[in-house]
Amino acid sequence: MPFAWFVAFRYLWDSRGMTLLILSAVSIGVSVVVFLSALIGGLQTSLIEKTLGSQAHIVLHAPRDLARHFAESTRERGVARLTQAVAQRLRSIDQWPSIVKEVAKLPEVTAVSPTVIGAGFAARGDATLPIVVRGVDPELFIAVFDVRKRMLEGKLDIGGGAVAIGTSLADDLGVHVGDKLRIRTSEQRDDVVSVSGIFSIGNAAVDKTWVLTSLRHAQALFALPGGATSIELKVSDVFEAERLASMIRDRTGLAADSWMTLNAELLSGLSAQGSSKSMIQFFVVVAVALGIASVLIVSVVQKSREIGILRAVGTQPQRVLTVFLIQGGVLGLVGSVFGSCLGALFAHLFESLTLGADGRPRFAVQLSASLFIQVGVMATCVGLLAAAIPARRAARLDPATAIRSG
Amino acid sequence: MRTRALAGVSFTLQRSEFVALIGPSGSGKSSLLNIIGLLDRPTSGRVILDGVDTSCVDGRKLTELRAHKLGFIFQFHHLLPAFSALENVMLPAWADEGFPSRTARESAQQLLAAVGLADRMHYKSTELSGGQQQRVAIARALTRRPSLVLADEPTGNLDTESADEVFALMQRFNRELGTTFLIVTHDTRIADRCARVIEMVDGRVQRDQRRPGAVAR
Repeated sequence: MPFAWFVAFRYLWDSRGMTLLILSAVSIGVSVVVFLSALIGGLQTSLIEKTLGSQAHIVLHAPRDLARHFAESTRERGVARLTQAVAQRLRSIDQWPSIVKEVAKLPEVTAVSPTVIGAGFAARGDATLPIVVRGVDPELFIAVFDVRKRMLEGKLDIGGGAVAIGTSLADDLGVHVGDKLRIRTSEQRDDVVSVSGIFSIGNAAVDKTWVLTSLRHAQALFALPGGATSIELKVSDVFEAERLASMIRDRTGLAADSWMTLNAELLSGLSAQGSSKSMIQFFVVVAVALGIASVLIVSVVQKSREIGILRAVGTQPQRVLTVFLIQGGVLGLVGSVFGSCLGALFAHLFESLTLGADGRPRFAVQLSASLFIQVGVMATCVGLLAAAIPARRAARLDPATAIRSG
Repeated sequence: MRTRALAGVSFTLQRSEFVALIGPSGSGKSSLLNIIGLLDRPTSGRVILDGVDTSCVDGRKLTELRAHKLGFIFQFHHLLPAFSALENVMLPAWADEGFPSRTARESAQQLLAAVGLADRMHYKSTELSGGQQQRVAIARALTRRPSLVLADEPTGNLDTESADEVFALMQRFNRELGTTFLIVTHDTRIADRCARVIEMVDGRVQRDQRRPGAVAR
């Protein structure tokens, strides 16, 4: 074993009480970092998943109708005019099939689903309830929202005037698979449809209002033959959605909303959570660094005579420096290994304390290999940095003085 | 405030000499030993070691010279308590070369056997008696086969019997290896048995006397 490693390990072992104490301190610090990261990472993922469970990452629709002016001012003639906002009617996206093809080519886009979305009422017996009709191509649609996995009853079979509806809506109307109901749309068209499936997305608004039908059927219901009012996209990196949306906006001239603008509040909440996590981690790192530094400073003072002797018998100052740097690095690394285990344990314990009604955790904590590697590297660096001052002090000791006064 | 610890000190140690450096407390013995041991630099004057003028080498080179040419024996042995006897003896070579070599280990084992501690090699230094610790320190000082060994009161805190053993060992290594010894001592019994005695008073060499007869003992 190289000299510096041998001496460093021997010193750590020789004062094992102190070593154990500081290792526990480092471990506890690291476990706090691991636990917090796992908890907040898990929480954020679960919040984002819940939000995105009922929302496409990006929705494209036709730009808003703007008022057109009949007269413009010229140099010779001023015009006084009153501009009134135009009422927005349901419109199809121009040339939507070619836009679908174009955005599907973008590498970041993983799924594209053209949709007709419109409002209406569903009636059965005396009940008339507001609904959102979504006409979709089922194969394309499930790539964006996997409704097929969320079916409670029946199947997602929406050809030939059949519909799939949300579970709360089904309850309120008192329908089951095979029953019929009447739909009237905002375009004053009526149809009687049969329920082929009932789903639950887990989002109250969705489960209470959504009626899924085929694209063609919805086109007929909203008097938009061959049209699509929106194009819904799923992307690979959800946090890139806004950037991608603005790119598509520029390229196609369509309105493009990402989930990030639609959920700005959620995102600012998440980022506040993220920064409070960073704050806590910062203070933990400072505490760990001070702990390691103080232990090593004490060790340098206690061992100054021995360091003087090592220097006298021909040890270069560089080697003395290395001895103490190694101690700092090893304390950080070993502490991070124990701390990671401890943090993972806390995280799983916490997970098991927050079981939902179905016996599964309300959200999964996020423990990844990359988290452990990051924490390990960070703790080792903190250990090395904390050891820098004591190590320099040790290396600079004057051997004659150190041996005399030790 | 600066005090003058040494003034006008000049002498030459021949190879294989066995020299006692005596004098009252505060006479400058330790300062001189530190300067010869390259642990302190003189404000003026030079130490020439094996033909190398040490006043014009840098700190790194001084450390190397200490590693290769000098051995130290301290009054309170100053072994490293966290290490075994064998490790203590190996440390100078290990620290200089970076890695423990087979030759360093063998040399350390031989020396420990020579000082009569073959069966105590793996004892921690704290588990050894004072005399045994000082014998380990002698082995440590000799492990790199230095030209000069500097001993600061090597028998200062030992009982007579242990002191005699330690002294006999130093004499033996002086004879067998041809190592030069410079021994600072208060003990006149020890000084009387040295072939040359340098006496210091108030930072000056008061007496420098060779007694060829003393070697025969």
